[in-house]
Amino acid sequence: MAILQQILFIITLGAAGYFIRKRVLRIRDNIRLGKKNDIIDRKNERLNNMLLVAFGQKKMFKRPIPAILHFFIYIGFLVINLEVLEFVIDGMFGTHRIFAPYLGRVYNVAMNVFEFLAMAVLIACVSFLIRRNILKVPRFWSVEMTSWPRLDATLILCTEIILMIAILTMNASDQILQTRTDHYISTGALFFSSNVTSTLQNLNTSTLIILERFCWWFHIIGILGFTIYITYSKHLHIFMAFPNTYYAKLEAKGHINNMPVVTNEVKSMLGLAPAPSAPAEPGRFGAKDINDLSWNNLLAAYSCTECGRCTSECPANLTGKKLSPRKIMMDTRDRMEEIGRSLEKGGQGLNDGKTLLNDYITKEEINACTSCNACVEACPVMINPLEIILELRRYVAMEESGSPASWNSMFQNIETSFAPWKFSPSDRFNWAKD
Amino acid sequence: MTTPTMAELATKGESPEVLFWVGCAGSFDDRAKRVTKAFVKILNATQTKFAVLGTEETCTGDPARRAGNEFLFQMQAMNNIQVLNGYGVKKIVTACPHCFNTLKNEYPELGGNYEVIHHSTFLQQLINDGKIKLNGGGTFKGKKITYHDSCYLGRANNIYEAPREVLQSLDADLVEMKRCRTTGLCCGAGGAQMFKEPEKGKKDINVSRSEEALATGASTIAVACPFCMTMMTDGVKNKEKEAEVKVKDLAELIAESI
Repeated sequence: MAILQQILFIITLGAAGYFIRKRVLRIRDNIRLGKKNDIIDRKNERLNNMLLVAFGQKKMFKRPIPAILHFFIYIGFLVINLEVLEFVIDGMFGTHRIFAPYLGRVYNVAMNVFEFLAMAVLIACVSFLIRRNILKVPRFWSVEMTSWPRLDATLILCTEIILMIAILTMNASDQILQTRTDHYISTGALFFSSNVTSTLQNLNTSTLIILERFCWWFHIIGILGFTIYITYSKHLHIFMAFPNTYYAKLEAKGHINNMPVVTNEVKSMLGLAPAPSAPAEPGRFGAKDINDLSWNNLLAAYSCTECGRCTSECPANLTGKKLSPRKIMMDTRDRMEEIGRSLEKGGQGLNDGKTLLNDYITKEEINACTSCNACVEACPVMINPLEIILELRRYVAMEESGSPASWNSMFQNIETSFAPWKFSPSDRFNWAKD
Repeated sequence: MTTPTMAELATKGESPEVLFWVGCAGSFDDRAKRVTKAFVKILNATQTKFAVLGTEETCTGDPARRAGNEFLFQMQAMNNIQVLNGYGVKKIVTACPHCFNTLKNEYPELGGNYEVIHHSTFLQQLINDGKIKLNGGGTFKGKKITYHDSCYLGRANNIYEAPREVLQSLDADLVEMKRCRTTGLCCGAGGAQMFKEPEKGKKDINVSRSEEALATGASTIAVACPFCMTMMTDGVKNKEKEAEVKVKDLAELIAESI
């Protein structure tokens, strides 16, 4: 029986590993569809951002209530996963609570800490479900929050609740079994689960063993299955927030990335640099599809957990325009996944006749942005939707000459009168004379 | 009011401590021109050795870049940098946060390296150095003033306190809007929106922001940006409050108190 469980466990672990690896490689390849952009500078500042913002959750605390609830789940995730290590060792070697004899009293403290965190996670997840589905906090119900994003959020919260219930039930049955068989090593009293032992006391030993085993298997399969699920879900932020904060923009928010290709051309036009002997193929100006964006913009799309803080601060969105910074990130990810799926099946990938601009994000959306950086400021994991909006605008302006008519006139005014309005440049200093 | 130009100083073999970058709005927009003159009045009163480029100044390229026209932006930037470097400019002050941001953050990559400060920081320094003597009692003493954060000053460049310190020196009653500092609501003009009609929506952004400003009960809405000035003035007019509530730039408030 025991050896059967071990074999089953190793098969389960191997299968989960296979699927997780496949998804990780897919995501890596999807991100690599983006343009190369070496981000190797200012390592200390980057590390600092990662520690404060991702690990330390600094930006979450702008909104204290969700921040505290989120913090419970986050700490729970970090700490309870230590117990998974024991699960894996026990599963492979057919042991039971292998760390208990070595840690003694410390093991009891650790298990109690896990139980407190499990309860905190449970309470936080229930609160979040209420906030989303009963209180209907508006940012979870805006237009881009269609059925899948809403279901995704509910599934994540329900899975975490069930996983926590499994761990507490397992501990309760385990504690009764400790008094009945030698295999169940003493853990000492556990604060929450010991309260439910009385309801399980009447069960006979073999039923209890089945219950304990069921919960154990349920928890470990749940965690492995959830890990695979996460790679398809907005919940991927639990991993991606770390690299994303590390690679986040360090310049002042007002700074817009330079286009060196344009600099070279402008310099030669102005006679400041010799014209390149053979005109280099400049590629596409700006972005029409995801392969025109930088890889770090694509990484950012995988880091987005669709919390909508960006959209709830966006002046365009607040006044009823179609632009939503969250949708920009969701569209970028959806387009990446679409191309990834197509490539996996040997399909046309990027050449499927669709593009990020137009098929996902419309000009009406990108034109409405005031570049105010409220979305960038609001994001708890330092995503920059503005960079993507700007690259799309660059494509429209430079490749299509498709900017709004009044912008085209503004461009013309700057070219001919050196000001965005049509005034004579010789009148520029008249203010000093009136 | 005396306004020397770089060209005039250069012929005398002189160079100023600081170049005042006026900007397109400050040069051509009637309302913003009054801010330009108020700032020159302060520069004169504090005997600051400054100069302007006059007709040699051209658009920094900010709206072109934000609307996606990188070629046009870089053409403007390169030409301006040639002029600025030609005069050996070291320090620039400007009353426009958009010019400020572009000159400070985007010109260095193209060969233009200057110490660039916004007039709010400049005014704060003049006050701290005791160079600005506000007249006794002060025109704005005890009056309610609310400050509207410009995105290109605040979030874009982390300048939140300098403009507030300038206002505090007026002994005014500074009241904050609900959205302020890092969460300040845009006036609706940034990102080249100033130069086109807004997309279809429920409301115009400047009206929304003006409602927030009016809700504070302040009689003066202080701004530090020519675009915010236009948007907030229009918003106040839209709410038919232009008789009771004035929109003023920091430089005007200081100039009226010296």
